[in-house]
Amino acid sequence: MEFAELIKTPRVDGVVLRRPFLPTVEGTLCLTGHHLILSSRQDNTEELWLLHANIDAIEKRFVGSLGTIIVKCKDLRVIQLDIPGMEECLNIASSIEVLSTLDSVSLMYPFFYRPMFQVIEDGWKSFLPEDAFKDLESMTEEWRLSDVNKDYSVCSSYPPLVAVPKDVDDDTLRKAAAFRHGGRFPVLSYYHKKNGMVMMRSGQPLTGTNGRRCKEDEKLINATLRAGKRGYIIDTRTVSVAQQAKARGGGFESEANYPQWRRIHKAIERSSILQESLIKLVEACNDQSHSMDRWLSKLEASNWQTHVKEILTTACLAAQCIDREGASVLVHGTEGTDSTLQVTSLAQIILDPACRTIQGFQALVEREWLQAGHPFQQRCSQSAYSNSKPRCEAPVFLLFLDCVWQILRQFPCSFQFSQHFLVLLFEHTYASQFGTFMGNSASERSKLNLSQKTVSLWSWVNRPQEVERLSNPLYEANCLVIWPSVAPQSLLLWEGVFLRWKRSSRCLDEAYDEMVHIIQYNNKELQNKVNNLRRQLAQLETEEEEED
Amino acid sequence: FLNETVENVRLIDRTAPRKAMVGTLYLSATHTIFVENNPETRRETWVLHSMVASVERPPTTPSGSHLVVHTKNFQVVQLLIPQERDAMDVQASLARLSRPEKYSELYCLSINPNANKEEREESWSFLDLQADYRRMGVPNNLWVSTPANSEYRVCDTYPSELFVPKSATPPVIVGSSKFRSRGPSDPFFSQAAICRCSQPLSGFSARSQEDEQMLEAIMKSNPGSDYIYVVDTRPKLNAMANRAAGKGYENEDHYANIKLQFIGIENIHVMRNSQQKISDVGELKTPSMGDFLWGLESSGWLKHIKAVLDAGVFIAKAVAEEGISVVVHCSDGWDRTAQACSVASVLLEPYYRTMKGLMLLIERDWVSFGHKFSHRYNHLEGDPKEVSPVIDQFLECVWQLSEQFPCAFEFNERFLVQLHRHVYSCQYGNFLGNSQKERRDMGLRERTHSLWPQLWKDRAQYANPLYRADHTQTQGILRPNTTPYCFKMWKGMYNRVEKSSPPRQTPTDLLTAVREETQQLEEELTNHQEVAPGGTAQPGTKQGIQTRSRNAPNERCSLRPIYKFINVSLLITIN
Repeated sequence: MEFAELIKTPRVDGVVLRRPFLPTVEGTLCLTGHHLILSSRQDNTEELWLLHANIDAIEKRFVGSLGTIIVKCKDLRVIQLDIPGMEECLNIASSIEVLSTLDSVSLMYPFFYRPMFQVIEDGWKSFLPEDAFKDLESMTEEWRLSDVNKDYSVCSSYPPLVAVPKDVDDDTLRKAAAFRHGGRFPVLSYYHKKNGMVMMRSGQPLTGTNGRRCKEDEKLINATLRAGKRGYIIDTRTVSVAQQAKARGGGFESEANYPQWRRIHKAIERSSILQESLIKLVEACNDQSHSMDRWLSKLEASNWQTHVKEILTTACLAAQCIDREGASVLVHGTEGTDSTLQVTSLAQIILDPACRTIQGFQALVEREWLQAGHPFQQRCSQSAYSNSKPRCEAPVFLLFLDCVWQILRQFPCSFQFSQHFLVLLFEHTYASQFGTFMGNSASERSKLNLSQKTVSLWSWVNRPQEVERLSNPLYEANCLVIWPSVAPQSLLLWEGVFLRWKRSSRCLDEAYDEMVHIIQYNNKELQNKVNNLRRQLAQLETEEEEED
Repeated sequence: FLNETVENVRLIDRTAPRKAMVGTLYLSATHTIFVENNPETRRETWVLHSMVASVERPPTTPSGSHLVVHTKNFQVVQLLIPQERDAMDVQASLARLSRPEKYSELYCLSINPNANKEEREESWSFLDLQADYRRMGVPNNLWVSTPANSEYRVCDTYPSELFVPKSATPPVIVGSSKFRSRGPSDPFFSQAAICRCSQPLSGFSARSQEDEQMLEAIMKSNPGSDYIYVVDTRPKLNAMANRAAGKGYENEDHYANIKLQFIGIENIHVMRNSQQKISDVGELKTPSMGDFLWGLESSGWLKHIKAVLDAGVFIAKAVAEEGISVVVHCSDGWDRTAQACSVASVLLEPYYRTMKGLMLLIERDWVSFGHKFSHRYNHLEGDPKEVSPVIDQFLECVWQLSEQFPCAFEFNERFLVQLHRHVYSCQYGNFLGNSQKERRDMGLRERTHSLWPQLWKDRAQYANPLYRADHTQTQGILRPNTTPYCFKMWKGMYNRVEKSSPPRQTPTDLLTAVREETQQLEEELTNHQEVAPGGTAQPGTKQGIQTRSRNAPNERCSLRPIYKFINVSLLITIN
């Protein structure tokens, strides 16, 4: 299929673009296979380059022969195009509709994108499981890397290499996999250096209604316990949801078969509910005519903040079991690809200072989300504006980012990155020129041969100028565990995403620049000057002594 | 006169009830003091009696009697006293001590005024209201000072010095003031002016020629404009209801060239209940997100804050953008009017966004213009229906603004919290009484100290490190966004109790520390530069360098954490 067939009218003159906080621009609208471009053909005027993949929904309106297209983007921005001529407008609209909803993966932009920057370090090779395991090996000998899943046959959503207890052989893993949802047998997620406790994650056990058990599964997870110690199983679902899962072949670990484990149920919602929540929240944020009462009641009704609180609370619980109780933890929900990953990754942010650095956070996203098989493509194919019925869409990763932002806001000096980094990740999960978030698992990514055919987002992020842009000026390495407050009074709406296009951030940006200025002036300029002078003075003093 | 001491008292940390400090409780004439037994820390917690809002005693438990002390600035101290008898005694004493019946029992009047006579006299000359009027450019050829109220004969809740339009003759001033309990006068002046007054005694049909002439004169004092705004800060319904009592609002048919605007700030009773609710929300122990948001909504507090800010925005826009003078009133002209005028001043004038400027603004719009501090802030045992958080709302508006304009204010949140505290504390004489006249009659300047120089002395801890007088954000008028989602609950006021490990980091403290370090480095730089060219280091300079180099780069880390974590002890000690 050629893109040209889909583009009925490739260009229209005299189009007026209106968007938040920027002056109105009149110019020529061009449609290409992947972009909607508006150019005024004048210097110094910002042009619009919008990926079709970023378009969530469009609306058409006509007044006489003047057509208007409202473009609603997945990054929650809304822009307006006034197009003279009814036919042109209809053609443009139908082309955008088709181009923004292409199903064929091979036509996606990352396969066509050629980087305009020099790749210093190939992001596809930056975070290999082998390298991560080397760090683990330096701390403990109790774990090994297994390639039982090398052809993705044991678990289609796991990577080829996973860390498992040393004493458990591959055969046991295979049998345990058959007992877990999606073949997701318990694997290592995090090793807590301080006390040697671990966090594992998996899918739900397939106990079914008649309480099936699996000795290999029990052996596998018991192998992670120290003699005489108990562990915690954190089930991200409520007891009743977990009970209901039995009818569909799922279930939870019974006390009888797992006597060394204490099970705790939490209440993180399923993904379809999260999507509804996002839609309601964005709707509330977009209506500026609300009174205070109406705004607060809509915010409450969206339940978004409740999800944030629930996820953070569960992550704190996992971290607490490990750090405070000195116990190992197994986390799972139903599939083990959504709420499970929110919990395991946030617990690591709390426990492990390395995850709060720019590189470390990328490694975390790579390890706990991409390698761990979070289905990014399914979850992020539509955002809050789409009119089509959601299938598997859910803002699971966005909620994780929101939770990280909450911790970042409470500990503004403990993260090497600023919220810009989190916003950037949000944007790229929904629409990107990079291949990083394509596909639903390691196996899909490898079939698409993404590492050869596309550029990694990390190649872009890890260039010095980008690292500097994403850095937090207040950062001072903090080796401690950081316990965020999960009280509702401490959790705020993430303005950087949800109000980004609603209210100007000029004053807040200025404050940020001022902060950077204060610190840089102190750290760089002044320190250097003083050090130089100190040196000079020392020299003068030695000379003086020599003269004496 | 009283010295109760109770031993083996537990001070309970509300966030971690099991971690209680054991110590001794002392009741002095002015403070409740808890001293921890632990000989290493001996942490002290002081509560000024005048800050105590209530003392509750839940049913006795086997381990003893609890006392829950709520302070007027929304902190909670929970004590566990082994003997019920002692708990009852302490409760009774505190109830008496926290509700004085006479001014003379208040802290600021209980100390000898002549111990530091010079300092006291100096403290009262710290702020100069005259200078502020001069800074605004009054008097001038359009506005003059009137002697009409020099002995508080025209209006005993106004200051003795008032500015009025030059064209307003004495009969007009007196006539206008009779038609209102508080005639129009001018607190803010640029080209267009903001004037304030109380509601007119219009009823359904009454009118006053002098009052009409007065408003006409105000309009004429702004050459080039052909109308003025009359801002009635009340909801229109309330204003209409007042007509039945012979009061009300201006009839646009009688006053030529006025545009009447209602803003809809609720009355003091609504605000009092609303604040009670928001402080309950802040104290909820383990609320769900739904509980919290529902509580926030049903308290109505943020809605009221928005209304006050909207009033200020309307006035500021009229004056700065349309060049139209505004006459502001509510019912009496000392609550909502003070809020609206002072918020407008903060929006309009960068000076009022500095520490000294805000002090002056409070001194002018609140203290001198007869805000009833002692009634509103419950200084003495009195009518609970007179109590209302009027200035709390003004301070919160300033806080909400500082969240939107982080570089525009010279002070930080702590400054506002401290101001709020002192409005209630009565440690200084500034806010006693209900009008300038009352304060003069009490002889407060002779008997108490003024708060302002004390705050000024501590200004380093109240400074906003992001403030720069030459910053674009600092200049000119502020245009805040008042969409509901721009308002947040003021956690620093209503939800202060929270402990965590490691302690919360605040950018303000970190930046302040960096700023200080920068200053030290700059000094060192100057010293080095003085030394370097000559080649011979003076002994004195050398000395200076040595002491300063303690903060040399390799040891810098030790400097900063101290500042970052300083909050812990501040949170606990309420003195």
